[in-house]
Amino acid sequence: MIGFILRRLLASIPTLLAVLTLVFIIVRVVPGDPALVILGDQATPEAAAALRARLGLDVPILTQYVRFLGAALTGDIGTSMVSGRPVFEEVGAVLPHTIDLTIASMILGIVVGVPVGIWAALHRNGPIDVAARLLSLIGLSFPVFVSGIFLLIGFALHLRWFPVIGQADLSDMGDRIHKLILPAITLGLVMAAYITRVTRSAMLASLSEDYIRTARAKGVPWRRVVWVHGLRNASLPVVTVVGLYVGILIGNSVLTEIVFNRPGLGKVIVGALNQRDYTMLQGLMVIYCFLIVVVNLITDLLYGVLDPRVKAA
Amino acid sequence: MSATVSQPSPLRRAAQRALANPTTTLGAVIVLLIVLGAVFAPFITPHDPTEQDIISRLQAPSADYWLGTDQFGRDIFSRLLYGARISLVVSLGAIAVSIVIGGIIGMVSGYVGGKFDLIVMQAMDVLLSFPSLILGLIVVALLGPELVNLVIAIALTAIAPFARIARAPTMALKERAFVEAGHALGYSHTRIIFLHILPNILSELMVMGSLWMATAVRVEASLSFIGLGVKPPTPTWGGMTRDGFENILDAPWLAIFPGVAILLLVLGLNMVGDGLRDATDPKLRNE
Repeated sequence: MIGFILRRLLASIPTLLAVLTLVFIIVRVVPGDPALVILGDQATPEAAAALRARLGLDVPILTQYVRFLGAALTGDIGTSMVSGRPVFEEVGAVLPHTIDLTIASMILGIVVGVPVGIWAALHRNGPIDVAARLLSLIGLSFPVFVSGIFLLIGFALHLRWFPVIGQADLSDMGDRIHKLILPAITLGLVMAAYITRVTRSAMLASLSEDYIRTARAKGVPWRRVVWVHGLRNASLPVVTVVGLYVGILIGNSVLTEIVFNRPGLGKVIVGALNQRDYTMLQGLMVIYCFLIVVVNLITDLLYGVLDPRVKAA
Repeated sequence: MSATVSQPSPLRRAAQRALANPTTTLGAVIVLLIVLGAVFAPFITPHDPTEQDIISRLQAPSADYWLGTDQFGRDIFSRLLYGARISLVVSLGAIAVSIVIGGIIGMVSGYVGGKFDLIVMQAMDVLLSFPSLILGLIVVALLGPELVNLVIAIALTAIAPFARIARAPTMALKERAFVEAGHALGYSHTRIIFLHILPNILSELMVMGSLWMATAVRVEASLSFIGLGVKPPTPTWGGMTRDGFENILDAPWLAIFPGVAILLLVLGLNMVGDGLRDATDPKLRNE
């Protein structure tokens, strides 16, 4: 197992380097001189030159690249140009909110999506299956800001069950959960829809395999056949989708945070974009990409746990 | 991979098979109605979409204003029809660009193979690892919220999937006898790729395109909602939802109608895309 983890870790290094390179390029292709963007058109050449030196933009592009890679790989992802605070500090302040939301919506998606997917697969082409397919298609089609607004109108404005403003007091667990419910449902619905679809098709494939027939012939109870033999083999595609969904989740969390006025990574990135805070933006992209590489790694490792054949490969 | 030389116009046959499915037909009808509404907006709309009328601001739906008015007294129904134009133009443009660029990258990569293929596909994986909304957000914020930049930003997020979908069948096709015959006849690589391989993978690209149209509409609406869409006073569905959201206490329908419009278009496109995909390759179902 340790050898497998090490191999996977090594394999993710080129990806990480490539992603960092792309981040470097994206921030550099911005039209205009960052120093002039920050200082305004009226800036004296001396002031602009001084700022360029402070931002490290006065050295050749290759040197900038090497410095950027070196800093990023040693964990230094820079300081916000606007607030002067380290990017890590800014992110750390809102991270608990983002983690709450991510984990809650993932749990919701799995708890709803997996059983519904299995249920639909067991009743292929019956009314349950048709309903599950239609509902999951609708769930996939909802832009999260639309479903978020609908939930807000229904449950916060109309029924008044939940607050309209989502900034929770982190030390008050009850408040934290109360304010998490609507945003988590908003994000969790999309995830549940994805997971339902994938679980259904993976179960359909897995239940038609020979070992299922063998298990039934041996007299294994049907419930056990479905949940142990069927689901275990159907779990690889489901894990893949959960892993892939993290990327979608990150994008959707931006919208959810705006609708529910929650603090979080998404709000920070929109703030950095509005203020043209390039160093912050660069740091945030590094964090995002690092997160995604880590999630891919975890997904890979889970494959190894679920399917011993993967470990050998 | 279903598309081969032996199947004449597989896309048309797929469409016929897909339309036998009621869900797909419903999706096609929804999309068609929205397209017609957008195209004939000047003849249908009862009011000018940008005409302000302060006296009749924030009105509830009525005989005069079918879906009510916004905070500037503009007619929501008229704005919705004109807003559909932006959604459709941006997403069609973005998907067309990513089919062309992604298709060429995928075909060339699969055709050349070897190390080149490895590096190109690694690059595509990197592009895929960026969350599409975040990538779109950054690109539009850096280039400026113009229609063309929205097309570029959304296209950028969709190039990698199209490259992947074009590459796999190209790798299979280049081993086929008709490609070898092309080589023997001294055809150039460009000619083989565009005249002999492309027609065989076009239907797969188109099916994928119909599925990605839904995503493109959603991303465009999301960017407009964040405030990075085509600039006001041009109506966009995402922008209208945003305006409605800001007046959610006084007039919740302002956010509901454009929200439902986005949902319907995305749902319709997803229904059509799903049906086409199932009709072309049952193995890919719900993947």
